[in-house]
Amino acid sequence: MTSSTIEAPRSPRPVARKRRVNWEKWGWLYMRGSGVLLIVLIAAHLFTNLIAGQGGVKAIDFAFVGGKWSNPFWKVWDTLLLWLALIHGSNGMRTIVNDYVSNPKVRKTMLIALLASSVVLLLLGTLVIYTFDPCPAGSLPSDLPSFCPAQ
Amino acid sequence: MAEQTGVLTGPPAPNGDTKVAPPRPSRFQGTLYRGREGMWSWVLHRITGVSIYFFLLVHILDTALVRVSPQAYNAVIGTYKHPIMGFGETALVAAIGFHALNGLRIILIDFWSQGTKHQRLMFWIVIALWVILLAGFVPRQMMNIFSE
Repeated sequence: MTSSTIEAPRSPRPVARKRRVNWEKWGWLYMRGSGVLLIVLIAAHLFTNLIAGQGGVKAIDFAFVGGKWSNPFWKVWDTLLLWLALIHGSNGMRTIVNDYVSNPKVRKTMLIALLASSVVLLLLGTLVIYTFDPCPAGSLPSDLPSFCPAQ
Repeated sequence: MAEQTGVLTGPPAPNGDTKVAPPRPSRFQGTLYRGREGMWSWVLHRITGVSIYFFLLVHILDTALVRVSPQAYNAVIGTYKHPIMGFGETALVAAIGFHALNGLRIILIDFWSQGTKHQRLMFWIVIALWVILLAGFVPRQMMNIFSE
């Protein structure tokens, strides 16, 4: 028996890599899932605020918001709107930045700005909804919802 | 896809389907869908998306003023009651309406087995539903803008 050497294959055996989370896939799915939910959330948001009341946006003031946010239903509704819409929008903007900004440094800066502004607005919005006082002390009674105790 | 994209001008498709009429020559020949419904829906989806995003940033900040004081919130929401803002609001609802309906079309293209085949028809269905939606909203909105 003559021994023959077998040439090593041109491409080495791939090093087994750890399976990573496919973030792009989940982002893609998120856009579709949140999109469907947002259609329902925004339709009701626009209907209650612009159609159902008398005068559309003219009927909206502090007392109107106070009335809505004294109901836990609208607090949860608006929290869902805030989180789903802002993440949907920022992810869309991320796609657009990736498409049009070719300079890697500018691109990275814009993505960081996008992430930072989204985090700040999510925290701010959530804090506002859950620390909101419909009857703040020292306000004109005419500015407040009708259920506020006389001051 | 020859009849949809206007790309194929050569011999009939390999499946022997000779019934496909040669596509009408167009100055956009040689491109996948430039200038067609596919491109315009994509362009409109981007423009409406970016517009809604920037409104959303402002809207979160103006609503946050309820945490400052009733006067601060009422002062800022008062600027939304100007007729010019009323037209802006109409444009916003129109943008949201298109983005929502075309978003459903995109989902159907992605998940429905017949989606890509009917994407052009679905674009015109989106436009039709959008017109119906605005026919309901705009008169009501105009009444609100011009009422005292």
